[in-house]
Amino acid sequence: MKLGVLFSGGKDSVYACRRAMEKNEVACLITLVSENLDSYMFHTPNIRHAKMQAEALGIPQLARPTRGEKEAELADLEAAISEAKERFGLQGIVTGAIESVYQATRVQRICRAQDLWCFNPLWQINQVDYLRQLVSEGFWVIISGVFAYPFDESWLGCALTEERIRILEGLQKRYQINPSGEGGELETFVLDGPIFLKRLNILSSSKTYANFRGFFTINGLQLVDK
Amino acid sequence: MILLVDLCYEKDSLSQYEFVHPIFDTLKRSGFSSEIRHFTELERRERERFDRIVLTGTALKDNDFAERIDLFSWLAECRKPILGICAGMQVISAVFGGQIVPQPAIGLEAISIIRESALLGEPREIEGYHLHNYGVTLPEGFLLLAGKPGEVEAFCHPARPIFGIVFHPEVRNRWIIERFAGLPF
Repeated sequence: MKLGVLFSGGKDSVYACRRAMEKNEVACLITLVSENLDSYMFHTPNIRHAKMQAEALGIPQLARPTRGEKEAELADLEAAISEAKERFGLQGIVTGAIESVYQATRVQRICRAQDLWCFNPLWQINQVDYLRQLVSEGFWVIISGVFAYPFDESWLGCALTEERIRILEGLQKRYQINPSGEGGELETFVLDGPIFLKRLNILSSSKTYANFRGFFTINGLQLVDK
Repeated sequence: MILLVDLCYEKDSLSQYEFVHPIFDTLKRSGFSSEIRHFTELERRERERFDRIVLTGTALKDNDFAERIDLFSWLAECRKPILGICAGMQVISAVFGGQIVPQPAIGLEAISIIRESALLGEPREIEGYHLHNYGVTLPEGFLLLAGKPGEVEAFCHPARPIFGIVFHPEVRNRWIIERFAGLPF
């Protein structure tokens, strides 16, 4: 089955892509570039670099802009999926949804309207186990945004490691945060992993942070042979 | 030991992560052991090793199982507790004389539990996650536990521990899976 992966460049879409590649053919990555930093549907920090991640993965990318307004972005997503279906002969769509019924429901409806299969290979996964799986399988994930108490500036740009996972596990127990950040608490960016043909190297970056909200913005990035 | 019957379109499919693993994980975290078998590979001798059976759901476009209902005829004589989830409920209905009917639904919706049962407890309203293109008619003699006659949300066999639910308990209602695994039969 030829599949298109909804791709933000964050850990969830990358790992969903890995699982899809193990079972089927991933024909393209579909990226919605949202102008709204608080998009309901689409991961935003560093989204412009998803193009280079697609190159690193060796998979064609179809990127389309969206203003990121609550329901209009769904029409933009459907248009992008429809275009990818025609261009790449897709039979199904893959998402990195874990717990978000909001996201999953909307993509399921679009797939039904487009007569496409819908796959959510991370659905209901235990989030802490999943974070450990990412690290143990060799994915190099950095935190590219924080948006909730009690995340301080030290999280911005740091790598996901066993030590950080233990802290996230503690925060889950104490503050009921989603350790994978699916509730919008944090965003990630993937620089390398077992499905990457090349790895990504950050050349320059900047941070902005205030009141438990911050971005790690990648300004320069290059592909490096592995 | 609980048998999880994977109803997805092929063995070890990409859908297994979504419809089978969440049930396996829920059972594991509650202290119950289970094993996964695809519906096309179930031998009688092997089925007998298990204490109770869960028939899983499938993706929205996946109705292959409904073309192979003959592979489930053993359910009619099975005396072990059975829980059918979504596609699994459709299988139970078809085996016991009900019909699979078009009834699309996606998303969280209110579920009215209308009859007390060991599985769902007292009549009340809960929120359940729907993901189906087809529903079922109530097989003759079966009891409606939730929903209404034209929109069956949950049913049970009148005399045997056989249950079907059309919504997905692995989303927001894992207690149903845990309760099924722990029910004294």
